[in-house]
Amino acid sequence: MIFINILGLGLIAFIVWWFWIYKPTDAIELTEENKTIVVDSGIYQPTRIKVPSGQKTTLEFLRKDGSPCAATVIFPDFEISKELPLNNSLTIDLPPMEPGEYAFHCPMKMYSGILIVN
Amino acid sequence: MSKAKNSQNCHELIIEGASCASCVGKIEEALKTIIGVESAQMNFALRTVSVTGNVGTEILIKKIQSLGYSAKSTSDATDEQLLDEKEVADQKYYRLLLKQMTIALALGIPLMIYSLLGGPMTVDTSLERGVWLFIGLLSAGIMFFSGKHFFVGAWKSFVNHNANMDTLIALGTGTAWLYSMVVVLFPFIIPEMARHVYFEASAMIIGLINLGLALEVKARGRTSEAIKRLIGLQAKTARVLRDNKEIDIPIEDVVFDDVLRIRPGEKVPVDGTVIQGHTSIDESMLTGEPMPVGKSTGDEIIAGTINKSGAILFKATRIGKDTALAQIINMVKKAQNSKPPIGRLADVISAYFVPVIMIISIISALAWLNFGPDPAIVFAVISATTVLIIACPCALGLATPMSVMVGIGKAAEAGVLIRNGEALQTTSKITSMILDKTGTITEGAPKVTDIIVTNADYSEDEILNIAANIEQSSEHPLAQAIVDSATEHNLSLEDVNHFEAISGRGIKADFKEQQLLFGNEKLMTENGISLDEYIETAQVLANDAKTPMYLAVDNKLSAIIAVSDPIKKDSISAIKRLQNNGIRVIMLTGDNRATAQAVAKQVGISEFVAEVLPEDKSNKVAELQSQGEIVGMTGDGINDAPALALANVGFAIGTGTDVAIESADITLMRGSLHGLADAIAVSKVTLRNIKQNLVGAFIYNAAGVPLAAGVLYPFFGLLLNPVIAGAAMALSSLTVVMNANRLRLFKPQNH
Repeated sequence: MIFINILGLGLIAFIVWWFWIYKPTDAIELTEENKTIVVDSGIYQPTRIKVPSGQKTTLEFLRKDGSPCAATVIFPDFEISKELPLNNSLTIDLPPMEPGEYAFHCPMKMYSGILIVN
Repeated sequence: MSKAKNSQNCHELIIEGASCASCVGKIEEALKTIIGVESAQMNFALRTVSVTGNVGTEILIKKIQSLGYSAKSTSDATDEQLLDEKEVADQKYYRLLLKQMTIALALGIPLMIYSLLGGPMTVDTSLERGVWLFIGLLSAGIMFFSGKHFFVGAWKSFVNHNANMDTLIALGTGTAWLYSMVVVLFPFIIPEMARHVYFEASAMIIGLINLGLALEVKARGRTSEAIKRLIGLQAKTARVLRDNKEIDIPIEDVVFDDVLRIRPGEKVPVDGTVIQGHTSIDESMLTGEPMPVGKSTGDEIIAGTINKSGAILFKATRIGKDTALAQIINMVKKAQNSKPPIGRLADVISAYFVPVIMIISIISALAWLNFGPDPAIVFAVISATTVLIIACPCALGLATPMSVMVGIGKAAEAGVLIRNGEALQTTSKITSMILDKTGTITEGAPKVTDIIVTNADYSEDEILNIAANIEQSSEHPLAQAIVDSATEHNLSLEDVNHFEAISGRGIKADFKEQQLLFGNEKLMTENGISLDEYIETAQVLANDAKTPMYLAVDNKLSAIIAVSDPIKKDSISAIKRLQNNGIRVIMLTGDNRATAQAVAKQVGISEFVAEVLPEDKSNKVAELQSQGEIVGMTGDGINDAPALALANVGFAIGTGTDVAIESADITLMRGSLHGLADAIAVSKVTLRNIKQNLVGAFIYNAAGVPLAAGVLYPFFGLLLNPVIAGAAMALSSLTVVMNANRLRLFKPQNH
């Protein structure tokens, strides 16, 4: 029984660490040839995207997920919200950005991603 | 990926205006000079050009335009195409969900009935083991077929340190299935009393949640009805005059400066200026203004409106994404997806929601294992599963966006464009409304209202003619009203001699050897003209919000002409609506006090400030704000821009074509002040709807999760069945969407 309790508490500690404490540092840098973000099965792939600051950025979104949740992507910091067509890529132009982190997500925040500007 | 790359590097453009083969070389050469273009090839027969290279479409189009042609990209999907595609995709998704549901329930329901009828769900004999093993593998297959998206989604989010609804469903159903499989495969490690299987729960939950999602897809389709209606206003074809022939072409092919014809009953395909003919146009679908508007040469017409009576020719001034209608659609779409501050709490909560539920489920299981009655392990598994399943982040997440979507769409239907969710929320809290007088309460176009002839030698027309003759040289704002009135009466104007404007008095001039004086009381008395009983007549006019002017011919009073800026016919009732909502209404005007007072009295406003300089308007806004009022400011959006920007909510009275007035949070497409009351009514009802949704979702989760964990068990012996939890969860998010859909039936004009 003690073992099970410890296991349970360990699991709780793991959840806290995995979802809240752990801060991923890796990010994918987008290039001219490869700037497509695939929307499928509950996530944006890649999720963390590195872009240079102070210049216009274009992103391409390709939605493969039929769920209506996935249909809209919002960049709240730039007041951008776009309907993503299914299985068809859509280009989103972002203004030049200050360095920092900018979230993008679906209206319910089930799908979420981060733009890392540096 | 390669497809995306190709679409970036290969551009197809339609060229308009290229009429000779020599254009081909010119266009190709010009395009090749752009940095990044690798090749450019024009097909003259189709009038298209294919460009390869790493370059933006806009740059190519600009280059072609600089040569004097028009061009546009073929890949620009129209809103309508996008919407159709979306509908097809939604329909496909709906059918897939229904199929998945059917299969899951086909196993779940018989098992459920069997267990409800008291069939043993335990594993004792080898035969039972064999049967249950078969059913267990069957349900694994069903979970794979019907619930794959939950498991894949859960795993992918987990890898990304993220958790969502998929995580909860996958964990819940997975736990129930795994426990049951352990019972079947290794019954000896579990106490005899606890050898119970829950395959029906896994299948039922997945089936019910798929059903809930399917119904949600359907219900969500209805939330975008308003935008569908707007998109449906766009015409599909246009009748264009080219090479002296009329041809029907798709509206995407209409280019700037094309001459188009529309006949009665047809939709205006693009924005333009009438160049021939006159007609009346029904603009109600955009502005909410029920009366058709007369249009003749030089007037602007807007895409999406309907030509009622005459056939006209017009020149395209704005096409494609630049038309007022396209801009309205764009603005509404954008606003529908923006979130009012009230939704932010839900966002913060949803960031922690799923992991917290996972933790609660573990705590619940541990509590049962430590303190629960036998068979503790069964209670632990059931409570953990039920907690995971009943918790519904979706209801919280959907609460705000769904209502905003419907509310902003509803406002657009009433001719009210709300810029974003924040404006929507603040509008619902407005306590004071400042109205500019000219152009907001009044028409903004002064007119001659009364001509009182006091000298029987003249007719009304003669008096008007004389007055207009003098005024045509004047720069006074009221002068234009008199000249306009004379033109309306088809009077021909003649020049006067010795014209002299006397500041603060009026005008003096000679006309056909007669000496004319036209101005206020001071001008008359200073020239020794007796006004006698007519002073009282003038006072009556002034009290009626009119500006009286005296006309004297050869030093004898001949007429009183009154000019006024008429109050819009529905201003009074609209202001009453605002006041009935408990809003303090204040009028600002640059006019003199007497006229301001008269106007204020007519429209039922008790607070007004007269003789305000334009730059002082924002001071008044600030003053009210310092008194703790939430201030709405309504003006024309141009002269009042600073005040509109400073106010908590700035309302711009639009003219139908200026849809996106920058300084305003809300644009009223119809000139009527009823738009203000509509905006406030819609925002209030939307905010109430959001609150209902949020409170409902909070209560549902706050009550459901402890119930699922079994807090009532010690008192009533009550423990929730995981299947019931699955049904409750599916229902909770559906309820939110349906509650938001109720807003569609709201009629702002009744509030």
